[in-house]
Formats: sequence, structure tokens, C-alpha cells
Amino acid sequence: MAKMTMVQAINMALRQEMEKDDRVIVMGEDVGLDGGVFRVTEGLIEQFGEQRVLDTPLAESAIAGMAVGMAAYGLRPVCEIQFSGFAYHSFHQLESHAARFRRRSQGRFQMSLVLRAPYGGGVRALEHHSESREAYWAHTPGLKMVIPSGPRNARALLVAAIRDPDPVIFYESKALYRAFREEVPEEEEVLPIGRPRIVRAGDDITLIAYGAMLRPTLEAAEELQKRDGLGAEVIDLLTISPLDDTLLTESVRKTGRAVVIHEASRSFGPGAEIVARLVESAFYYLEAPIERVTGYDLIIPLFSQEQNYIPSVRRIVRAARKTVNA
Amino acid sequence: MPRNTIEISETIEHLTILNENDELDASLEPDIAADELRRLYRCMLLARRFDERLLDLQRQGRIGTFPPIQGQEAAHLGAVAPLRPSDWMVPSFREMAAELWRGRSLENIIIANNGFEQAGAMHADSRNLPMAVPVASQIPHAVGLAWAAKYRQTDDVVMTFFGDGATSEGDFHEGLNFAAVFQVPVIFVCQNNHWAISVPLKRQTRSGTLVQKAVAYGMPGIQVDGNDLLAVYVAAREAIARARAGDGPTLIECVTYRVMMHTTADDPKRYRTDEEVQQWRRRDPLPRFERYLIGKGVLTPDVIGSLKAEIAQEIQVAVARAEEQMPVLRAQSLSVFDHLYADLPPYLKAQKQMLAEELSLSDEESANG
Repeated sequence: MAKMTMVQAINMALRQEMEKDDRVIVMGEDVGLDGGVFRVTEGLIEQFGEQRVLDTPLAESAIAGMAVGMAAYGLRPVCEIQFSGFAYHSFHQLESHAARFRRRSQGRFQMSLVLRAPYGGGVRALEHHSESREAYWAHTPGLKMVIPSGPRNARALLVAAIRDPDPVIFYESKALYRAFREEVPEEEEVLPIGRPRIVRAGDDITLIAYGAMLRPTLEAAEELQKRDGLGAEVIDLLTISPLDDTLLTESVRKTGRAVVIHEASRSFGPGAEIVARLVESAFYYLEAPIERVTGYDLIIPLFSQEQNYIPSVRRIVRAARKTVNA
Repeated sequence: MPRNTIEISETIEHLTILNENDELDASLEPDIAADELRRLYRCMLLARRFDERLLDLQRQGRIGTFPPIQGQEAAHLGAVAPLRPSDWMVPSFREMAAELWRGRSLENIIIANNGFEQAGAMHADSRNLPMAVPVASQIPHAVGLAWAAKYRQTDDVVMTFFGDGATSEGDFHEGLNFAAVFQVPVIFVCQNNHWAISVPLKRQTRSGTLVQKAVAYGMPGIQVDGNDLLAVYVAAREAIARARAGDGPTLIECVTYRVMMHTTADDPKRYRTDEEVQQWRRRDPLPRFERYLIGKGVLTPDVIGSLKAEIAQEIQVAVARAEEQMPVLRAQSLSVFDHLYADLPPYLKAQKQMLAEELSLSDEESANG
């Protein structure tokens, strides 16, 4: 086991899958010689050559569209979109084709492709570099939407995404890229897509988060334990879509209280669907209205004001107390 | 510092072999076996008659909206004819004659035009992509297939189709650029039929031709008389040979005309004159090719007569078979949940169950429930 950043862990997933399977092709802007602007693909072109690591022209629609053709042929392209804020050019290809090819051809063509993109705030970036728009993809039938919360699960989920028979949008939090290190085993580790995980057990309240919001949520859970004596159960969603609410339902039926935390804006965000599911599945177990701690319904502010937009430990703790005191 | 001239030395050819006045340039005439010529004629005639029948069926409410192909048969059939079955075809939505040539059945087209997902089913080794409705969006798919064919060191080539309107879309430009940069074996066949619904060619581009856009991407291009099957065939054969040899993509502009409406929901009288349509009807590719074959002794009026009867019968049988199957397909209501994902996630299983329950209730039970 080696201690790795999320950048290194994702790099390892790509390298190991490329070693095992010559159908896996990495493509995107600056992914070759430059190793990607975040260095996620560093060293791949040296090991696998230009035939497997494609520096493409600067055109996100064609990157995704070409990947659709490659997947139709039977390859497993892994596209890097430099920032998720530039992925909207590829939305058309993914919505109109990648998500639909299996059904349109009644199973003849499967779209085993991954589109990786850094998302979220917290890195003092320019406009278009900090959005958290996972709901667009999650709202699209036929796509899968995955967001890891740390190095180890990023590696294990990316392996699953690459092997998945359907198209997977894989958002990587820029704020987490080098934020901390985790032990990541050299041997194979795969996490199934579509399964949330309990990362902290508790009986009093359920906190549901994913991606970069998991760490402040865990901190908030510690704070609630220390200051209020509340045992918070923290669930890491890992997959936004297809959303499996089984674990969420079990937890909320036990605790009777829940807070959903995400960086994405509030209305029609993933939290809206999670709350709706819990109302359907656990209404009679609820002791209080479910709270949401989210970005405001704004274009994410530039970085001088960004800290007030992104959910903080303080906001999560306050929302949790509100459900307890309701 | 003086202003220097940058030489752009590309030249682009226009090719017509058999013109609208039945004049043949014998020096350019391709050597196509008599059997192949008869097959091409039969396919073109079948596509024409079937297209007419589809329009009748649409007017009778027996199929949904569809895009007629009349007048463009040579421009796409001539292009796919030199392909091998192992090559790939990436269609747009107005290449029915080419689809028939590549093995799609009349029955399947009727069923698809009645809104049945199940018509999308194809052989596991099919090398025809399904139709793509969003204009130009299929062009990058052809580039990806061609990249994969090259990566796998096969000599397969890929041919994709689109119209004049598509050349205004970003995916056209991105696709051609990628294909040229990666030097992949793909042939871009533009069906320049002069109209993108109501917008004429001159509102799509200020370029003198569409094919000259190839120059900017660094690939060969050729403009052909799209109503001359021989010219389309020759241009496609050359482009296919170049792609197979590893020499990269080609843009072919087939100059043709959409003599019918865009789709059956469209009324062309709102935006173009009958004179223009009549002028193009005189350039109809089908009688031109027919007269050529008769003159060459490949076909006789008698043979054509019996072909016509045979085709009428074939269409009749296909319509009857399709209409027999559709009630069975319509009853497969839960099949809409098939093939979205490889495996149905739990919430979709629940939604499928919801639909099943809804369907199991009578109207009365539903009203009282």
C-alpha cells in the first residue's frame, strides 16, 4: 500500500486498466505530453504511446462524439474534459447519442465510455472552473453519474466506470485532487457503481453527502458528537445516478432525521430527488422535516465570495441541530 | 515589410460522367459488371417505389412522419455501392436506398416509421449505425469508428452521410478536423439537396461550393453530379481506395435536389417555386440510369416491366407482414424499459412495476382506485 493523492490514485486506475485491456483509450485536451492540466494522465503517453493516449484538437463535442464511435466499435474510451464547465459542448453527444445508443439499437451497440471532468469550487479559479452541475447528467436517462470522495474510492470507482457497459460521467473534485492522501492498495479494488456507503455509523441523524462535501460533513458529525452528544450516521453517495435509496431509507427509518449536503445549487439539485425518495420511503419514520445544505440558486460566485456559497461545517451543523430541535 | 501572398494550391474537381442529356463521357465510364449494374438499378427502383408507397401510407395514417428520399437515390446508393459489407455506414436520415442496399428490410422501415423501438434491433455484427436525427451529430461517430478501425489495424473504412444544412453545424467542422488530424479512413458524403427544410443553400454558406471546405481541413474533396449514379460511384470508389490504403479522409459533395417535402409534416410551397422543382425533376437520376442501361444492353424494357411487377409485389408483401407484426409489438408495453442500461437499476424496476400495475387495471378499476 502506498499513500496517494486522488490525482495519483486516478492515474493508477487508468494505468492499470490500460495495462489489462487494450480497448481502453485515454483521450482529451493536453492529456498526452502535458499529462493533463492537473497531471492526472501523467506518464501514460510514455508507457502506452500516442496510439492509446490521444491529444485531441480542442473540441469537446467531437471528443465525446468520437468516443461514441469508438465505443460502437467495441473500444472503451476514457475522455478527459479539462473542466466540467466546458463539458456542455459534449452534452449534446452524450444526451443525444451515448445515453441512447443501447436502446436505439436494442442492445446491438453498447456505449462503454467514461467522461472524466474536474468539478466544484475551492481552488481560486476563473469563471467556468468551479461549477457543480452533476444534476444535468443525473437527469439524463441512460447515463450514470459518479462522484468519488477520496483517493481510494476514486480509484476503485474509476475501475468500475471503465469496465461498465454503459456511459459513465465521472466528476472529480478539484478541491480533493491534492487535499489529502490515503492508502491505496496496488492490487485490484473495484467499488460497484450505484451503491452508497455508510462512512460513519450513528443513531440520531443521517447526513447524506458526496464528493468534496463528504469531509466537511464528517467534521460536522464530529462536532455534533462532541458539542451536542448526537450520533450522526454519514452516508457517502458515491453514485448520483442510478440512485439507490435502499441504504438511505434504512438509515433514515432508524434515525428519523436527515440532512442532505451538496455543493450544487439547490432547486432541482440531487438533494431534491433524495428528499423526495425519502418522503416516499420513510415519511412515517420522520421526526422532523429533512434539511438541505446546498449552494444557493446562483451561478457560483467568483472566488472572493465562493466560501459563502459552498456548504461549510458550520452550516451543516446548524441544519442538523434544526432537525433535532424541530 | 511587404504583404506576402500565401499560395493555396488546392484544386477541386467536379465530376459528371452521364449528364442529364444522356451524354456519356466514355473515357470516365466505370467498369461495373452487368450484374452489379442490374442490382443497382433494381435497388434504385425499389427505393423509389417504396418511397412513393410510404407517402401513401403516411397520407392514410398508416405510418408516422417520414422524410421522403425521391431524387436523391443515386447520391447515396452510388456512394455505398463500392463499400464492402464489412465497412461501416453511418447514416443521417434520408439515405433509404443505401440502407436497403446494406440489408435493411422494407418491413423494418415500415415498423420503425410506426414508432416501434423494437425496429431498432439489428444483427449482432451489423456494421450500419442506426439513423441519427440531430443534424450532423453522427459525423464524429464515423470518425471514432474509423479511428478504431485503424487502431485495430484492419482495412475497414467508414462512410457517413449528411446534408447541406449539416455543414453549418459545429459537429461537421469538428468531425472533419479530427478526421484529417488523425488521418483516419472515413468518407464524408454530403447530400447537397439545396434545402434544409425551408432554408436554401445560399443561406447556409457564402462558400461557392460545399466541397471547398475540405481544403481548409487538409483533405481531398470532389464535387459530383449527385444525380449521376456513375459519377457518385466513381468518386466514392476512389475515396474508399484512398482510405483503405491509409491515406485518410475525403469529402464528397453530391449535388442533388430534394424534390419532395423535408418530411411529410412540411409544405414546400411556402418557400420555393414549382419551376425550380420541375427543373430538377428533369434531372431525375432514375430514368437517366435506366436509359443508360437500356442503351448499353444491360436491361430491356421487358425486363424492366417484370422488375416493376416483382417490386410492386415485394412492397405489398412487406406492408402486409409489417401490419401483421405491429399488434404483437404494440402489446409489448413493458419493453420500453429494455435496453436503457445493461441492467435495470432498482428504481427503474419499481417504475416498470408501476406501469405493469397500471396496465393490469381496467378503466373502471383505475377510476375507482
